[in-house]
Amino acid sequence: MFTRLRAFGFVAGFLVVPAVLYLAFVINPYVQAFQIALTDWRGVSRAPGFVGLENFARLWDDQAFWQALRNHGVLLVTLPLVTIALALFFAYLLNLGGGGASGTMRGVRWSGFYRVVFFLPQVLAVAVVGVLFKAVYRPDESGVVNGALIKLGLEPVGWLTEPGLALWSIIAVMVWQAVGFYVVLFSAGMAAIPRDVFEAAALDGAGRVRMFLSITLPLLWDTVQVGWVYLGIAAFDGFALVQVLSVDRGGPDGATTVLPLEIWKTAFSYSKFGYASAMGVALFFMTITFAALTLRVTRRERIEF
Amino acid sequence: MSQSTGMPGEMNRRQLLRRIGLTALAAGPGAGLLSACATAGSGGADARTPATPAATAATSAANPLGVDPKKPLEVVIFNGGNGDGYATGLHQPLYRKAYPQAEIKHVPTQKIGTQLRPRFVSGDVPDVVNNSGPEALDMAALAAEGHLADLTALFDAPSIDDPGKKVRDTLVGGVQENSLIDGVPHVLNYTVAHRALWYNAKLFAAKGWTVPKTWDAFLALGEEAKKAGITLFAYPGQVGPFYQVWNLVYTAAKIGGNQVIVDIDNLADGAWTNPAVLASVTAWADLQARYGDKAYFGLDHTQTQIKHLQDKVAFYPCGSWLENEMAKDKPDSFEYAIAPVPSVTATDKLPAEAIMVGVSEAFFASAKGPNPAGGLEYLRIMLSREGARGYTERTKNLTVVNGVAEGLDLPPAVRSAAKAQDAAGRNTITDARFESWYKELFDHSQTQTNAVMAGRVTPEQFCANMQKKADEIKKDSSVSKQTRSA
Repeated sequence: MFTRLRAFGFVAGFLVVPAVLYLAFVINPYVQAFQIALTDWRGVSRAPGFVGLENFARLWDDQAFWQALRNHGVLLVTLPLVTIALALFFAYLLNLGGGGASGTMRGVRWSGFYRVVFFLPQVLAVAVVGVLFKAVYRPDESGVVNGALIKLGLEPVGWLTEPGLALWSIIAVMVWQAVGFYVVLFSAGMAAIPRDVFEAAALDGAGRVRMFLSITLPLLWDTVQVGWVYLGIAAFDGFALVQVLSVDRGGPDGATTVLPLEIWKTAFSYSKFGYASAMGVALFFMTITFAALTLRVTRRERIEF
Repeated sequence: MSQSTGMPGEMNRRQLLRRIGLTALAAGPGAGLLSACATAGSGGADARTPATPAATAATSAANPLGVDPKKPLEVVIFNGGNGDGYATGLHQPLYRKAYPQAEIKHVPTQKIGTQLRPRFVSGDVPDVVNNSGPEALDMAALAAEGHLADLTALFDAPSIDDPGKKVRDTLVGGVQENSLIDGVPHVLNYTVAHRALWYNAKLFAAKGWTVPKTWDAFLALGEEAKKAGITLFAYPGQVGPFYQVWNLVYTAAKIGGNQVIVDIDNLADGAWTNPAVLASVTAWADLQARYGDKAYFGLDHTQTQIKHLQDKVAFYPCGSWLENEMAKDKPDSFEYAIAPVPSVTATDKLPAEAIMVGVSEAFFASAKGPNPAGGLEYLRIMLSREGARGYTERTKNLTVVNGVAEGLDLPPAVRSAAKAQDAAGRNTITDARFESWYKELFDHSQTQTNAVMAGRVTPEQFCANMQKKADEIKKDSSVSKQTRSA
């Protein structure tokens, strides 16, 4: 009994500090955000007035809020889909795409080099990526893409200034940045698949496409699912890239705005901290719902090897 | 009133008590202490603290604001384009000269909001704040919480250089007007800025171009410039479309008089659908379509200003700080000069020379800080001849203090602006205040400006969209309203 108590004290001693820090700096702000969402706090007073659910009612008529939600909808569908598809394709080529006929699976030539190239964007800070693509998308002859277009005698394209194009330009950057990480993630998953499964399939005459669809993908499903949740949550963010790249903070005409940006504007530009917190709470529930739904919908039987 | 209670030791104890939330205890010892913290430690957030901060020392001719000479003073300066050398090298030494016992704490920052917001919430506030930069605090919100000192005492105090004159009589028009929040003077705007179109005087001389006075001449010059491979006019659409918002609004004032802007600021019914606004927007959108370049919709202000310096753009809308901002990149072949926006119609209310003269660089003293009288005194020192002239000398910005910059070696842009102001005489265009009063409306105006200049909406739709937003703000009870009479 005594020793168990001592062991407990020993463990608790280690846990107390991180637990307190976590409570104070993670849980507490969350709780506070819920509280502030029910007030008309403007950022400088000590005793904000309680307004109940008024802030949430306001969200219904807020065009900017709905526009941001629509953009999240587009992000939520395209970002995971495109990123995962590309990452799976590259990971397959890097790990298993080279051999096949003889039954020994290996990657394409130079795969080690490609692995580094793919992963590189991941180590760049988002702000750096933003500034980099600001130069890539620059609308005049100094832009990387438009400079080339102009040299070829073509009209420059307003990648970020055309409302129909701007969000896609930003999604492309997000995909470019994310793909490397998922290539590595899926590569690790593929390495865990026993080679004899592939050998057996190869002996039975399966081609690379068939092997990918019937063996790799099903055995990788858990990893893909995790990637899907991560990317879905990333689709609810996008703040930094939009902030750096978009015209007029989320423009043109709100075509690229995202909720975190609206929250930031509402709180720090318009001094409506209460209303901004209400948006934050809405975002919190959307993210949680998405994660829960995805995990539920994509649940499959685990395969033991 | 005893002065001993203002000792630094006492101060710290009081602050400490306040910080640990024992405000009731702090209010206990002594009437002197009580009056010292009448506005500082009241703790209530709802209370809109009344008028003048309690003086902590006797007033005299040399010390009209009743500054306690021993009390420390904390000054927060936005360390942006103008740096903070004028504060540490000029204003603070002047204060120290007047009150050698006072300790001055100088805090330079580029993040006014991030750094000060929590301090205003907790009650540990600095005495003087240069509320500037992208993270400036919301003045209306601060005023509503009673954080801003009433500047009436400052404006009524005798000027340091001429005790026969009140401070208010040494300042250019518009300072008073712009200091008001809910009818009470709270904000001191320290510098004068001229906003209109900037061009390269050397380029114009070399090409033999003259500055257009009418819209037809403006368009004709556009044709000339096009032949020379120069874009007549560009504004930065990515960061800084508000430069064009200013342009649209000031041009509207030129057509229909300053009342157009007053109505917009007052959220008056139909302010944005005023024919003058429509005429202004129509003229600019047409000019952009004919002689503009859509690439600039995706460039930020620095990129656009660099292209201006490279003579790829003839006219650029901005304020007189532009030369300071671009000093490092400016080639010798470039000389900044200002041009008023040309007359749009033959029947414009204001003449072609009319130019916008505005005040900027907001300073305020805290009503709830430890040394409110010292805060006001610091502002009075800034408004002295030595303080203002030295500021102009250091930052190359004209201040709101009249007639103290003669004989200074000023850069061409500032000289050009001063000349334009002379030419305008009394025909100055007023500043639009919805920019700071209703930030949401201002942001919306930027989005709409980009849309109308790119041709995504018509000028009529622009006016309707702006009016809709203005009406929404008017109905929104959570936004505190401001009004102006002129």
